[in-house]
Amino acid sequence: MIEKITILGGYDKHGDKEPVEEVVIKKGEIVGVVGPTGSGKSSLIADIEQLAQQDTFSKRKILVNDKEPSYEDRTNPRKKMVAQLSQNMNFLADMSVGDFLSLHAKCRGASGKCVNAVVDLANTLTGEPIKKEHDLTILSGGQSRALMVADVAVISNSPIVLIDEIENAGIKKHDALKVLAGHGKIVMVVTHDPVLALMTDKRIVMKRGGMQKLVGTTPEEKELSKKLNKIDEFMLGLRDKVRNGEVVEEVGIEDLE
Amino acid sequence: MRMVIVAGTPGSGKTAVLIHALRSLIERNLKSSVIKIDCLYTDDDKKFSKIGVPTKIGLSMDMCPDHYAIYNIEDMITWARENKSDFLVIETAGLCHRCAPYTINCLGVCVIDATSGPNTPLKVGPFLSTADLAVVTKGDMISQAEREIFRERILEVNPECKIIEANGLSGQGCVELAEEMLLAKEVSLDEEKLRHSAPLAVCTLCVGETKVNKKYHRGILRRIDGFQKYEGE
Ligand SMILES: Nc1nc2c(ncn2[C@@H]2O[C@H](COP(=O)(O)OP(=O)(O)O)[C@@H](O)[C@H]2O)c(=O)[nH]1
Ligand SMILES: [Mg+2]
Ligand SMILES: [Zn+2]
Ligand SMILES: [Zn+2]
Repeated sequence: MIEKITILGGYDKHGDKEPVEEVVIKKGEIVGVVGPTGSGKSSLIADIEQLAQQDTFSKRKILVNDKEPSYEDRTNPRKKMVAQLSQNMNFLADMSVGDFLSLHAKCRGASGKCVNAVVDLANTLTGEPIKKEHDLTILSGGQSRALMVADVAVISNSPIVLIDEIENAGIKKHDALKVLAGHGKIVMVVTHDPVLALMTDKRIVMKRGGMQKLVGTTPEEKELSKKLNKIDEFMLGLRDKVRNGEVVEEVGIEDLE
Repeated sequence: MRMVIVAGTPGSGKTAVLIHALRSLIERNLKSSVIKIDCLYTDDDKKFSKIGVPTKIGLSMDMCPDHYAIYNIEDMITWARENKSDFLVIETAGLCHRCAPYTINCLGVCVIDATSGPNTPLKVGPFLSTADLAVVTKGDMISQAEREIFRERILEVNPECKIIEANGLSGQGCVELAEEMLLAKEVSLDEEKLRHSAPLAVCTLCVGETKVNKKYHRGILRRIDGFQKYEGE
């Protein structure tokens, strides 16, 4: 069982020591990774995914529960540490939702009972109902993302979930992160979307391939995050209304304050 | 010198991941020579030349590209040695699902596209089942669940292989590939043997017969119902 991981800093692209020497992330925590394109976000993630032991370009070292992971933990493909979710991912399998989830559960040695749990959880994240009989490939972007989140939370047993830019997902983003963290995952979000970035516990700022700063989310930011989340839910609600052919009458933007 | 043989269907991302991996070797001052074997056409040589790696191409035309690669391995090794390379990298189109080009001491890398459907690992045959390393590409386009199912299917076919999930666009996973290359064994031509014996010409179609009518066919013939017979001398 993974309680926490520790990232021990290495060197940036220029070979200088990274300013951040150590980042500890605990189970159930949500951590942001921010920085411009090319700042080294992907290689940080790759280091975590491979459980780097000063053997990658950055010379970072990843500890699991304060210890060096075993060779088996590093190489066994069934023990991959990181599950990923991103905007570009789609379901391509030509199957029904129910059959697909059963197959995934079987592959992971999980019980078939998970299937209903995944579908129910997914339905709490999107306004468009998902049914087991639905074909995977006809799901909307929002439904697909909701199902992916629920599936990762319940069936995938990778302890770390990496979320890469799900800005326009059409799902309750806030709830999605909560669900993952609530299932005991370490959640890392690469994002510049303030709805997501400000609900993290802290964020790693990347620059020139190195971890430049570790910023703890301030109480003010957390307050702001709650408001942003309300706006986000408000937008989603409007979206559902428009989709269902309703006429939008009263717009209570002032209620958001 | 180490030999790395990379096989995979066209478009699976062999060149893309190799470019990233070879760059990472260049950063460590290690030299590679690349041979690209294809059937009819390739412009991969231009892509490899761009990163400053000596490249040669071989077109197998109507011959199985794996057979063709095997006949030419000796010359390729000689050429790469003349270049004073640390690595000879052979990229070959895995079109023939009966053959696998890997030799005993090479690092056998199978590049396989995760968007090709969860049953693909069961279909591709010896170039996956006899590989040391399966590099799964294009995982950025499918769900985590499908990646995990894909991974499981690969292990069904080749329980011993190491799996790297790589991205040919971002280069994710490619440094890991470079690290596996560093662990490969030295190539030794005299002892080099194929891991999987290649089916050679087994019927008259293999050697140029074009008539479809059954009465013209000789050799080992197998019917769709599984019935098999040897017809001929
Ligand atoms: N989305 C995505 N595209 C990729 C990936 N790897 C390769 N490609 C693209 O797939 C196409 C074929 O790649 P290439 O390396 O030429 O394949 P090869 O024929 O096996 O050498 C190119 O357009 C690549 O940019 C990947 O991991 N993700
Ligand atoms: Mg190619
Ligand atoms: Zn062949
Ligand atoms: Zn034949």
